[in-house]
Formats: sequence, C-alpha cells, structure tokens
Amino acid sequence: MPDEQRLAATQGGSNEANGTLAVYVWRGDENGGTEQRFDVPRQESQTVLDVVTWIQQQADASLTYRFACRVGMCGSCAMMVNDEPRWTCRTHVGRVARNGELHIAPLRNLPVIKDLVTDMDPFFDKWVKAEAIHHPSAGRSDAFAAVTPDDPERIEASAGIECINCAICYAACDTVAGNTDYLGPAALQRAWTLYNDSRDDGGDAILDAVSQSGGCHSCHSMGSCTHYCPNDLDPMGAIAGLKRATAKRFFGGGRG
Amino acid sequence: MLELRLYMAQRITALIMAPLVIGHIAVMIYAVQGGLSAGEILGRTQGSLSWALFYGSFVVAVSIHGAIGVRTVLSEWAGLRGGVLNGVCLALCALLLVMGGRAVMAVTMT
Repeated sequence: MPDEQRLAATQGGSNEANGTLAVYVWRGDENGGTEQRFDVPRQESQTVLDVVTWIQQQADASLTYRFACRVGMCGSCAMMVNDEPRWTCRTHVGRVARNGELHIAPLRNLPVIKDLVTDMDPFFDKWVKAEAIHHPSAGRSDAFAAVTPDDPERIEASAGIECINCAICYAACDTVAGNTDYLGPAALQRAWTLYNDSRDDGGDAILDAVSQSGGCHSCHSMGSCTHYCPNDLDPMGAIAGLKRATAKRFFGGGRG
Repeated sequence: MLELRLYMAQRITALIMAPLVIGHIAVMIYAVQGGLSAGEILGRTQGSLSWALFYGSFVVAVSIHGAIGVRTVLSEWAGLRGGVLNGVCLALCALLLVMGGRAVMAVTMT
C-alpha cells in the first residue's frame, strides 16, 4: 500500500480524509491534448499541488508540472483548477473539489509547453513592454533615498509590491483572452508601483508605455484580476490609477 | 498614443452625452403629457437653433463614442487590426454622422 493510501486509511473518521478523488489532468503539448483521469487517495488538509505531486510520484512520472516553494511565495505552481486560476500549493482540495472531482489544466491565456507547464515568456515580456522595470534616479555615490511609509504615493506603491508573478491575474483576465496585445494586470500593476516609487525616474516612460496599443486603456475593469489574486492585491485599482495618471497628463497636469 | 486619444475622446463624449441624455428623457416625459403627435414635436423643434444645437451635438458625440466602442468590440471579438479596424470604425462614425445629421435637419429645418 502506498504511503499516501496508508495515511488516508489511518486518518479514517474525518470525512475529508476518506475516499478517492477523481482527478482529470490535462495532458498534451502545444499541438493540443486531452484530460486523463487519475484516482488519487483523499487526505486531510490536502492541497491541489499535493494531488498533482501524488500523480507524478505514484501514478505517472511523465506528468510535467512546475512548483518550487510550496508555501505561496514563489508564484510558480499556478494552474487552472475546475476552470479557475489558482495557486495550487495554497489551495485545499476541500475548497475546490466538486462532487469529488478535480479538473486541473495549464494556466489560461499562455502557450502550453507540456501538460501543466505554460510558457511564461509572453507574460514577462509584457512587464518589459510596460516599462515595469526600475529606472534609477540615483547612483551608488548618492545618499540613501528616504522612503516615507505614510507618503500617499508610497502607500499606492506599497499596495502592489507583494506580487509574486504567478500570472493568475493574467490567466483570469478576459481582456487578455480577447486581445493578445494587452499587457495584462500584473505588468500594469508593477508599472503603477514603479510610477509611485520616489526612487524611480521613469514616470513619463511608464505613462508612454502604458498608453500604447494594448496598454492600460484596454482594461474593461471587469475585475477578475482583483477577484482571483491569491495575495489579495488590486491590479484593477492599479490600472485605474494609470488611467487617471495618463488622463491627467493628457490635459497637461502633473503627476496623477 | 492613438489608444490614449481614443480613450479620452470616448470619455469626453460620454461627459457631453450625460446631460444631453437626461435632457432628452426629461423632454420625452414632458412631451407625452396629454398625448403625443408629430405636429407637437415639429412645432417645438422646427426653426429652433437651440434644438438643432442640442441634437446636433448629441449626434456628433454619439457618432464618436459609438464608433470607438465598436472599434474595441471588433478588435477583441473579431480580431480586426490596423487599417481595416480603423477604416471600419471611421466608416461607422461617418454613417452615424450622416444619418443623425439628416434626422436633426429633418426635424429642425423649416
């Protein structure tokens, strides 16, 4: 008996720990694919990443997926779980299973490499296109910049800096699905945090970048990014900030 | 910066339309009191520069606002890009301007 099954058996008594989970995992590559069913023993406090790992270790070693930290910090294990983007390491099976079933697929809106692994290049290329890169305002010979936590611009910047680049917002975004040029919530939110960072000297470059085709003005404020962000960030609010800043500059105003 | 200009044009025309829509609805409610007839409407609008400007600016704002909105829909849902996308939307804007302009002239000119 595999360790997991023994563990499941010894944890009888808890409904959550009983039985088997029917897991349908998308298998394939850039040319297409289909779901494959695996029966996975149910365990207490089991996460979706635990399920995928069990399949890879106990049922089919050829299953390809991506993970690293397992504690919600690295942003590498995001997948579609029952058609919704989630960080699988922090998603308990008990919260998302429907009728004892899980459907696990690679992240939406990104090209698939194999099985549950997507090519993240388009996602990160758009960070650069959005000028979501640091534009230094001082050199190593300058004094340390004083960052005041309660400064209004700093508060705006701080609200978005805990992004872990998991691309869940990007997968959730229907505007990305309809417009492949759209920079997406994560890149635009990072542009907004840098725009509000007193140490960043690229304010105009950022506003130019996010005013291009596919920039912040393509956002329809549907809010899936904010709804699904596992870190409770508000990319939609950040994009609204960029819209305000670009509109203010359009009318000749200063920083928005 | 075309996207930004279109975004601003759509928001500015929305700001223009908001009071015009309210005025339009208010006049509709006023006009239907005690029955509605073509004669009553034309009696109010024909020869009136104010109504010509009111509905003329409405038509201009709607033509710009609507064409930009449809441009976004065609881009996202039909995959149109570049010259084709802009051409279709300019044509739609022109069509709305001509049709709306003709309607305004029909009810305001004597």
